[in-house]
Amino acid sequence: MSHHLVEAQDVHYAYPDGTPALRGVSFRITHGESVGLIGANGAGKSTLLLHLSGALMPTAGTINVGGYALTKDTLAQVRRTVGMVFQDPDDQLFMPTVRDDVAFGPLNMGLTQAEADRRAREALETVGAGDLADRPPYRLSGGQKRAAAIATVLSMSPAILAMDEPTSGLDPWARRRLLGLLAGFAHTKIIAGHDLDMIMALCGRVILLHEGRVAADGPAGEILRDGALLAASRLEKPPSLQACPICGGH
Amino acid sequence: MSHLESAALTLGGLDDLARRHSAVHGLDARAKTLAALAFVVTVVSFRKHELSGLLPLALYPVGLIAVGGLPASVLLKRMMLAVPFVLAVGAFNPLLDRAPLVHVGPYAVSGGWVSFASIMVRFALTVMAALVLIATTGFAQVCAALEKLGLPRVFVVQLLFVYRYVFVLVEEAARMVRAHNMRSGGRRRIGLKVFGSFVGQLLLRTLDRADRVYRAMLCRGFDGKVRLADRMEFGLPDGAFVLGCIGFFLLCRFCNLPHALGTAILEVLR
Repeated sequence: MSHHLVEAQDVHYAYPDGTPALRGVSFRITHGESVGLIGANGAGKSTLLLHLSGALMPTAGTINVGGYALTKDTLAQVRRTVGMVFQDPDDQLFMPTVRDDVAFGPLNMGLTQAEADRRAREALETVGAGDLADRPPYRLSGGQKRAAAIATVLSMSPAILAMDEPTSGLDPWARRRLLGLLAGFAHTKIIAGHDLDMIMALCGRVILLHEGRVAADGPAGEILRDGALLAASRLEKPPSLQACPICGGH
Repeated sequence: MSHLESAALTLGGLDDLARRHSAVHGLDARAKTLAALAFVVTVVSFRKHELSGLLPLALYPVGLIAVGGLPASVLLKRMMLAVPFVLAVGAFNPLLDRAPLVHVGPYAVSGGWVSFASIMVRFALTVMAALVLIATTGFAQVCAALEKLGLPRVFVVQLLFVYRYVFVLVEEAARMVRAHNMRSGGRRRIGLKVFGSFVGQLLLRTLDRADRVYRAMLCRGFDGKVRLADRMEFGLPDGAFVLGCIGFFLLCRFCNLPHALGTAILEVLR
């Protein structure tokens, strides 16, 4: 059984007030795949990600992460397998210094202080933020916060990385840098977002959600070029695939 | 930038000072915290009308500022933020206690004025000591030290989270104030009716935020226990610092140094 497997079978979820968010989602993501999760606002992307991190439990259907069926008893294993990067880094960076934050997960895993410090250092080096270790998170720029937030999950060496809008709020330079960084990771990646150019650049496969169902699941190149399909789900082709607005050519 | 935001920024600025390097910065956080606590207790323990006996204690913050290379003006500015509260505490003393206590030349000074001055001096000393502690140690390290010294973890974690999210909260509030001012037609005051929903909004946003932070903690294996990093070492210099400080405080407390000095000088002159 692979640590890197993520499987959803007919997952349904309705919020406590009765609003249905997922209405039968099924997919299977295997080792090393990089999958973009796209869909209009309210399509169910964030809800689905919350399931993968065990924050929500399906009202019907099953989710299998890294060989564990998601239940209350397997939560700890599931959370160790999936490294979840939240949309707002301020939610993710809650400790007094970046170093403490990155060491938070490893310490909870029961590692010694020295080992946790080593992992924190390595994770920060990986995202190019080694010099931020002693800074308090509230003094960082948006790009630095994002890098630190990614380091906080890398330090737990997850098999799967799940990210919600990783490029939101970044300037072009920070965005490009992040794309380079993410492209270099060998993890299984699940990336949700509206930045379809980013999805194009990072993901070989795309799962298109529409009103809580999987509207399409296939190679990114095909789905992101299918203007009619995207329009039916209230999306548009990524700018890089649209005709040049000045010369009208392609 | 609103007053709120700039106040938060000044608060954060102290932590920048804590990242400098000096003999004081290098001391163990517990040593500095213990010394600061002892200092505050000493200052507070003086009698109501004591004034001259307090003065030598100023050596402690002044010494740390000098050795730590801290910008005194920055600290003084921070100290001023607390002045209104202290004035409110001491303002009635001169009115309530009018009996003359000391005579300076032809003028009689009432006990109220002396105790008022005493309160101001105590305020300046204790607040400055606290500011110097944060500026040489950093808030997080002070919290970690308090935990090591036996403060229950719940309080420590509470303090840390308040300090971490006060900036986020201030930013959020400032954004809301800005949005209000943009559409309030020149009125800068937030009306009572709007204020209610304003505060309610802020509370709801805060609850949402708390929810998300908690979720992020769970994702990283949080099990109800925050494990604070333990990188402290209490060495010989730290012990010497604490003992030296406490010795000095006791000396100041039980022996009126300015008085003793004055008497000694008079003796010599005679």
